[in-house]
Amino acid sequence: MVKVFIYPATSLILSDMVARFGHTPLSSATAIRERIQTAGLESPPLQITPEEPKKGLKWAAVEVPAGVRGRMSLYGPMIEACEAAIIINDADLAFGCMGCARTNELIKFLIHQKTIPRLELNYPKNEDEGVKFVAAIKRFLTELRGAK
Amino acid sequence: MTAYTPTHVGSVTKYVMVESFDITPADLALLGYEISKGVMIKETCFGLVISGKEGEVNRIVAELRKIDPDHIFVKDRGFPPGDARRCRANLGGARPGYNGLEYEMSIIPYVSHGLEALKNIDEKTVPPMEDPLEHPLLDIYKLKKLIDAQES
Repeated sequence: MVKVFIYPATSLILSDMVARFGHTPLSSATAIRERIQTAGLESPPLQITPEEPKKGLKWAAVEVPAGVRGRMSLYGPMIEACEAAIIINDADLAFGCMGCARTNELIKFLIHQKTIPRLELNYPKNEDEGVKFVAAIKRFLTELRGAK
Repeated sequence: MTAYTPTHVGSVTKYVMVESFDITPADLALLGYEISKGVMIKETCFGLVISGKEGEVNRIVAELRKIDPDHIFVKDRGFPPGDARRCRANLGGARPGYNGLEYEMSIIPYVSHGLEALKNIDEKTVPPMEDPLEHPLLDIYKLKKLIDAQES
């Protein structure tokens, strides 16, 4: 079982595909769950405390906005832990404020820097592309199992 | 700042989404209640939210998936069902994150078709998708055609 980072990290399709083909998806839900199940200071809604931008300094410089560093405290440890990654490049759902946009760029950059197996895709736009999409993911995840 | 005492510590929450002509969320919820032991199951318009101990949640999800494996999709969720910080009953309007789910639910029929098709064909024989990082150079003949079109 390989830890596969998925981008968009909230993707239902990727999360399901990775688990369906026998691997562990690293998604934002697990990072959020870890925070909301840990006692500390009340900081709704996501329990992102003032400590998180400090932790984010590991992946982003101090002059980078706190919003990016706070987000990186969620995604950074997952990027470090991942052994493979699947990226969907035309994910409009990952659109957001500048904090989200810059964090998304940094996530993709950090994954490209890592020497791990990586699959880059676009969302399917019709049934034929759906077959190619699922086949590409299945092939990628099956080969990961073989490599392990 | 006040101290934060978490609830549902050690629990796991999963979404079970249904995009099927044969199964409704109500059917899944009924089956889920029948086989569940000590987990919380919430029926929603798109499927179920199941929360409880990890082993038990995984067992129920695996059983539910067997009903229509190509049309049932599962995803982790950070918050337990009905959490005041996320539940739209408290916040009003669409739940944060719903837009992402709505977008992907419009693509899921293609994915379901892909899963069904791959039962009969080997994935190694399927041609790869276009590489999204590849930016093909503009073909010289196409450029000439564009220039001609501009001039006429």
